[in-house]
Amino acid sequence: MKTENQRAWLFVLPVLALVAFNALIPLMTVVNYSVQETFGNNLFFWQGLDWFENILRSERFHAALGRQVMFTAIILAIEIPLGVAIALAMPRKGMWVSVCLVLMALPLLIPWNVVGAMWNIFTLPDIGLLGYTLNNVLGIDYNMTQSPTAAWITIIVMDVWHWTSLVVLLAYAGLISIPEPYYQAARIDGASNWSVFRYIQLPKMKQVLTIAILLRFMDSFNIYTEPFVLTGGGPGNSTTLLSIDLVKVALGQFDLGNAAAMSLVYFAFTLLVSWLFYTIMMKDET
Amino acid sequence: MAKITLDKLRHSYSASPAGPDDYALKEIDLDWTDGGAYALLGPSGCGKSTLLNIISGLLTPSEGRVLFDGKDVTGLPPDQRNIAQVFQFPVIYDTMSVYDNLAFPLRNRGVDAARVDARVMEIATMLELEEQLKTRAANLTPDNKQKISMGRGLVRDDVNVVMFDEPLTVIDPALKWKLRSKLKELHQKIAVTMIYVTHDQTEALTFADQVVVMQDGVIVQIGTPVELFERPQHTFVGHFIGSPGMNILPCEVTNGGAMFRGQAIALEGKIAKTGQSTEIGIRPEYVSLSDTGIPAIVRKAADLGRHTVVEAMTGDVAVSAIINGPPPEAGAEVHLSFEPSQTRVYSDGWIATEVAS
Repeated sequence: MKTENQRAWLFVLPVLALVAFNALIPLMTVVNYSVQETFGNNLFFWQGLDWFENILRSERFHAALGRQVMFTAIILAIEIPLGVAIALAMPRKGMWVSVCLVLMALPLLIPWNVVGAMWNIFTLPDIGLLGYTLNNVLGIDYNMTQSPTAAWITIIVMDVWHWTSLVVLLAYAGLISIPEPYYQAARIDGASNWSVFRYIQLPKMKQVLTIAILLRFMDSFNIYTEPFVLTGGGPGNSTTLLSIDLVKVALGQFDLGNAAAMSLVYFAFTLLVSWLFYTIMMKDET
Repeated sequence: MAKITLDKLRHSYSASPAGPDDYALKEIDLDWTDGGAYALLGPSGCGKSTLLNIISGLLTPSEGRVLFDGKDVTGLPPDQRNIAQVFQFPVIYDTMSVYDNLAFPLRNRGVDAARVDARVMEIATMLELEEQLKTRAANLTPDNKQKISMGRGLVRDDVNVVMFDEPLTVIDPALKWKLRSKLKELHQKIAVTMIYVTHDQTEALTFADQVVVMQDGVIVQIGTPVELFERPQHTFVGHFIGSPGMNILPCEVTNGGAMFRGQAIALEGKIAKTGQSTEIGIRPEYVSLSDTGIPAIVRKAADLGRHTVVEAMTGDVAVSAIINGPPPEAGAEVHLSFEPSQTRVYSDGWIATEVAS
C-alpha cells in the first residue's frame, strides 16, 4: 500500500490564493459581465449568450481579429528567423560575448510606452530622424498619420526592433548549450554548414524556439501599449488591433457586455492557439 | 587503411609558447601500424585528447607533421582524412532515424543509395542494431547511442583509422564490458586501425595490442600490456599501471649495487647509468613476507578475497605487498623480501638496470 502525502496541497495554497485574486476573480467578473446587460446604477439584466453571438457576427470584430492575426503572423515571420540568424552570427566566446549580450538586452529594458513614444518622435516627418531623412533626404513620401501602409510598416519595424532580442537571447542560450563534439563529429562526417544547422543546431534549439514563438505569439497577440502610443489605432482603423478595439468598446463606448464577451473570445483564441502549438511541438519529446 | 606516422609533433595552445611547460605535446614521434589496436593511456590532462584531435584534423599542430601512408595530411580538414572519431558523449543526430544516422557520412559524400543501403545494413547487423533501424535515434539508450556513433565511423569502408575518445564514460558498468568486447570483436572482423584513448588502465589493457602511455605531453612507453606490467620503462608507468602500482623506493647506488635502508638489494641485472636520483622499482606482486630481509611494520592489510594487500612501513617509506595466505595483524613486525628478477633501479625516473642475459 502506498500512502500519499497530502501535505503538498498546503504548500500550493498561497499561490492558489494569489492566483485567485489576480486572475480568477477578475476573470469571473468578466464572465459575469458577458452574460448580462447594464445601464448603470449597478442594475444588471440577464442576457444569456447574446453578446457572444453579437461579437462572433460582428464585422468590426472580424476586421480587428484579421488585422491582429496579420500583425502577429508578420512579426513572427520576421523575428524568429532574424533572431536565429543573429544568434548564429554572435561570437561564442571572448570579450565580445558580453558586449553583444548587453546590446541585445537593451531594447528589452525600455518600458513599452517609452518605445511607442520613441518611435513616434523618430518617425515624425518634420523633426524625427527617420521621418525627416525619408521625406527630405531620400524623397520617399512617408507619413504614418496619413498612410495605413506607413503605419503598418512602422509598428512592425518597431516590434521587430523591440522584441527580436528576446528570440536572439533564447536561441543563443540554446546554441551555446550544444557540446563541441557535435560540431567535430559533423565535420568528420563531412556535413555541410546547412546540414549542421538543420540536423544539429535547429533540433537543439527546438525547445527554446518553441518557448520563443509562444512568448512572441502571446505578447504580440495581446499587444496594446506600443501601437496605442504610436498610432492610436489609426489612420482610420487601419492599425486598430484587437486589444485597442477592445479598449474602445469597453472604455470608449462603455459597452461592458460586448467588451466582456469579446475579451473571453479573445482569451479563448490565444489560449487555444498556444495550447495547440505547444502540444504539436512537444509531441516528439519524451 | 593506412599507416599513420607522427613526425616531430609539438602542440601548444598558447600563441607564443615560451618554454616546454607551454606545450601540451612535447615532441611526439610515433608510428601506428595499419590495422593495429592501440590504446592511448594517461591521466587527465596528459595530452592524449590533444594528440587524438591532431590525428583527426580537428586541431592543427604547432609544429611537426602527420602522415597517412607517407602522405602529409597535416593541413587537411577532418572530412578529407577519412577518419572516424567516437566521442566521450554519444553524438547522434536526434531528429534522424538510426538508419539515417548511419547513412549520414555516406550521403554527405555522395555515395549512391544502393551502396548506402548495403553498408548501413552490414554495419547495423554487426552492431546488432537491425531491430532499431527505424527508431528515432533520440529515443535510444546511451549504449545504443554510442553504438551509432561507432557505426557512423565504421560505415565508410575507406576509413583510415577509428578513434575513440573515452567512449565508455557515460555507459553503465555492466554494459561497458559488453560494449568493450563488441569493440574488440569488431576490430578482429574489420581489421581497421583503432586508437582508443582512456585514463582507465583496465580498458586500455583489455582492448589494445599496443598501449601508448603518456604523461605531461610525452610518450613514456609503448608496449604490449604484458611489457608495461612486467618491465615499466619509467616509474610513472609502473605507478600508473597495476593496482596497487609499483613500489618506488628511494635508494643509493654504491659500487654498482643498490642500497635500500642500509641493505644491499639484489637486482635483475647491472646498473647501466646513474642520475641525480635513484629509486628501486618493485611490483607488490613480487614482494613477499619472509623471516629475513628488510624489517618493516605492518600498517594495514586489506583482504581482497583472492589475495591480501599489505602495506608495511620501513621507516617512513611505505611498501605494498600482495600476498596469499592469512593477512598479518596491523602493527606486526615482518620482514620483506624482493624477487631479484623483478627488482629494478630507475634513475631520474627512467629504467637503469639491464636484464642479465
